[in-house]
Amino acid sequence: MTSTRHFRPILAAALVALALGGIAAPAVAQRDPAYEAARAAGTIGERTDGYLGIVSGGDATVRRMVDDINIRRRAIYARRAQAANATLEEYAFTAGCLAISRTDPGERYQAPDGSWQTRGSGAPQRDSRCP
Amino acid sequence: MKMRDLNSRRSSLHDALMTGVTNWRATVLVLGSGLVAGCITVNAPDEPIVIELNINIKQEVIYRLAADAGTTIDENEEIF
Repeated sequence: MTSTRHFRPILAAALVALALGGIAAPAVAQRDPAYEAARAAGTIGERTDGYLGIVSGGDATVRRMVDDINIRRRAIYARRAQAANATLEEYAFTAGCLAISRTDPGERYQAPDGSWQTRGSGAPQRDSRCP
Repeated sequence: MKMRDLNSRRSSLHDALMTGVTNWRATVLVLGSGLVAGCITVNAPDEPIVIELNINIKQEVIYRLAADAGTTIDENEEIF
């Protein structure tokens, strides 16, 4: 039974580490500063199809960042769409509706007609099918 | 359709009926041109035609996926 007695503190430490990790996790999941800055500057914006788009003047670094994020979004959309018995496009479009809703004032988003708009204090222009 | 064209067509129909034309081809021709005259003209709009690429996505599907998509965005904040 000595092994059990020794094991307990290890188990407790593991639980504490897990709890701390759980608390620390959201801090890790924040936007990259470069991504945050490009959003705030209006260089990039939320497209209606659920992906990021370059509004104007995006250099190679911005383009690479947007491509990287869009590839990661697509992978998540594909996985979730399959789980929800929907197509990738349907899921991505739904996420796009929500992502446009969640833009902060000053950020850019794509209106249903394809034009780039700057989010004001009111509701954004969204597709009539958006929830 | 100019009035003169319409009148000439009417008169040819009139002539055909009055002279008792038995040639069925002439009758078909006259009736056919009458049908063309009755067509509705559709003009192209002045504004550019916007092609909705996501037209096949149904609103009911979007509503069904909304809660799930919201959770997905919350769980992947770093890329949204």
